[in-house]
Amino acid sequence: MPVNKPSFSQERVLNRRRPALLAGCAAMVVLTVAGCGSGGGTGTTAKDGFTQVPQKDGALTVWVDATRLEAAKLYQKLHPDVKLDIVTYDGNANGSNYLQTKVQLFNRTGKGWPDVVFSSQNNEVTWAVDAGFAAPLNKGLIPEATLGQFANGANDVCTVNGTLYCLRNDLSQVVLWYNAPLMKKFGYTVPTTWEEYQRLGEKVAKEHPAYLVGDAGDSFTPEIYLWASKCGANDITGPKAVSVNTTSEACTKMAKLMDVLIKNKSMSISGVFSTDFAKAKADKVLLMPGPAWYGGAVFKSTLKTPAQQIAAAPIPQWKGDTAPSTGNVGGGTWLLSQHSAHIKAATDFLKWVTTDNAYQGEKAPGFPAHAPAAENWLKAQGSSGYFAGDLGALKDASSQVWPGWGSGQFSQEAIWAATVKPGMTQGKTIASLLPAWQDTIVKYAESNGYKVSQ
Amino acid sequence: MTLTRSLSGSAHRRRRGAGRQSRAGVAFVATYVLLLIAFGILPTGYAVYFAFTDAGGTFTGFSNFVTTARDFRFMDAVGHVAVYLVFWLVSLVVFVVGLALLLHRVASGTVSKALRFFYYIPGALAGAASVLVWLFMLDPTVSPVSSLLGTLGFDTFGEVVAPGNLALLFAIIAFWTGAGGWIVVMYGALNNIPKDVMEAAHIDGAGAWQTAWHVQIPMLRKWIVYMVILAFAGGAQLFVEPQLLALASVGVAGRDYSLNQLTYDFAFQMNNINGAAAVSVELLVVSVSAAALFVARSGFFDAD
Repeated sequence: MPVNKPSFSQERVLNRRRPALLAGCAAMVVLTVAGCGSGGGTGTTAKDGFTQVPQKDGALTVWVDATRLEAAKLYQKLHPDVKLDIVTYDGNANGSNYLQTKVQLFNRTGKGWPDVVFSSQNNEVTWAVDAGFAAPLNKGLIPEATLGQFANGANDVCTVNGTLYCLRNDLSQVVLWYNAPLMKKFGYTVPTTWEEYQRLGEKVAKEHPAYLVGDAGDSFTPEIYLWASKCGANDITGPKAVSVNTTSEACTKMAKLMDVLIKNKSMSISGVFSTDFAKAKADKVLLMPGPAWYGGAVFKSTLKTPAQQIAAAPIPQWKGDTAPSTGNVGGGTWLLSQHSAHIKAATDFLKWVTTDNAYQGEKAPGFPAHAPAAENWLKAQGSSGYFAGDLGALKDASSQVWPGWGSGQFSQEAIWAATVKPGMTQGKTIASLLPAWQDTIVKYAESNGYKVSQ
Repeated sequence: MTLTRSLSGSAHRRRRGAGRQSRAGVAFVATYVLLLIAFGILPTGYAVYFAFTDAGGTFTGFSNFVTTARDFRFMDAVGHVAVYLVFWLVSLVVFVVGLALLLHRVASGTVSKALRFFYYIPGALAGAASVLVWLFMLDPTVSPVSSLLGTLGFDTFGEVVAPGNLALLFAIIAFWTGAGGWIVVMYGALNNIPKDVMEAAHIDGAGAWQTAWHVQIPMLRKWIVYMVILAFAGGAQLFVEPQLLALASVGVAGRDYSLNQLTYDFAFQMNNINGAAAVSVELLVVSVSAAALFVARSGFFDAD
């Protein structure tokens, strides 16, 4: 219902010749907005799979986070004729829900929506479609040919019942980052199986105590280790259905591996962004399973690891597993508003920002979801000279993300942080916390209206 | 107390200025009433309307209250807020009254002025800013008192913000930010106790303790009740401290901790504005009942 509200009020302003009818309509707005709107002819058109408001000239409002500000500014520089109103917000980082909060307020007031918005979360469509905010993109706005160029499965998180409601900005496939010169100095080889990984961790604890083979202290820890291990903690089976099982073998064997390494201190539990980690462990990282954006955001910017040290290898696999699988930590999405009065300009911006080499292929900090841009990005990373060796492992991993872990409306990261992390701090093992973890996931899922099977 | 005294003092001037004064009074009250209606009564009415209807505006009785109370976080949040209130109100009453009495006994003007200023400083920081100060204080890696935290057995931020410590931490933060202003208010109230009463106590041989216990504290009673009512209402609405802590600890501690956070979650994460309104109406009812109880038991509105 709120969808039709703004168009109706515009009609009321434009059509001054028929005040009596309008007064009637105005009275009716309280009762049935939709009914009055359809009777009066509001200027809305059904096109591209949704009802569009009358299109107007004017500035295109774009919401981005601080990191994506560069993208919007670059677009403005390359398209000086487009009037752009760039607004920075927190990008919904850490599940802050800022965007959702604002959209629901805009829905109540009937105005204020941004035309295009970036979110650092990839579960926005779980609410943005029901809220009537996200516009369908594969019903005419973005050509199939362009959509086909995105990495396999990249836009799964944007799809509801076969309709695409957002475009993925970057992929966050998990790889095994390592310090190449340090590995060489210690005489270790990069492990390819989890069994080897665990043995190496035990060796490091004995031979080079204080050095680390990983970190398990972040809220997204389960998305690195347990997702890669194909643990069925978060299998979103339908728009409002989830299957949760955290005590299967896939989960417990990874939990036990982590418990061993946490106990011998070759795996830290402080979290890579904690003050503690940057201060005491920044130069002790030997290996580190982590998403694609660790390269720039963690090693280069946060830990200030010098150039020519960090390299990426494929994430280890369990011995005997045939198909390689890995996890994924976030990866932003771009949404286009159904309420936009500048759909053409908005679509142009959206297409440019997700696919154009000028940004995604050259400047983007994360691994682009758009495959041709990703090719270019890898080349650009190679010539930047920061990494030791090429980042080919990222490309392989981009299509190996295990599909059995979904993006629900409730935040898995928040649940892990509040349920498992405090226990780990008290010295409990992850294996012993798995049942409590499942219990909390189920409670959150149910309270968000999900049908849960265990 | 101050008010009645100054009014009786100006009694002889009243006749001439009565008309002007009453007009000024009406103007002041009218402004307040307008603001109260716009930002107090109307939103409250709006919330009550929401609490008893569904998203489509149909009357639903108590179903919003039942749904929200059945949420698995509800009883936890009630427990958290209750424990926090106990810590916060007890510490507030004991330390504010104690420190104000101490301040009142300090004869030297400079020391007293300096202390008053000192007590008041934290209160001058805006709520969110003072919480951020505490987030630094509580993180052993950056805290200026990290050795103290170390002695208490806390080596990482995660250990400090363990679930069991939260109520106490929030009470400490709230005390640090909110108590200074109250100490100054209590000090003012102590200064208003008539000199002859204090002298009579002194002549009767009452020491510092006896004067405080039998004379000063009973005469502060209304101020203490006033403080408790406001602190109770404020404390029941606990939000900023846990919310910021949740952000700072990346969700490890403080998420869904208080009832107000739960309303925020209902309204904006679960798109259940009506449920959120139901919880806030419950908070209002509890706070108003508590205030009514305190007022009735303490004779708050009795004339002196």
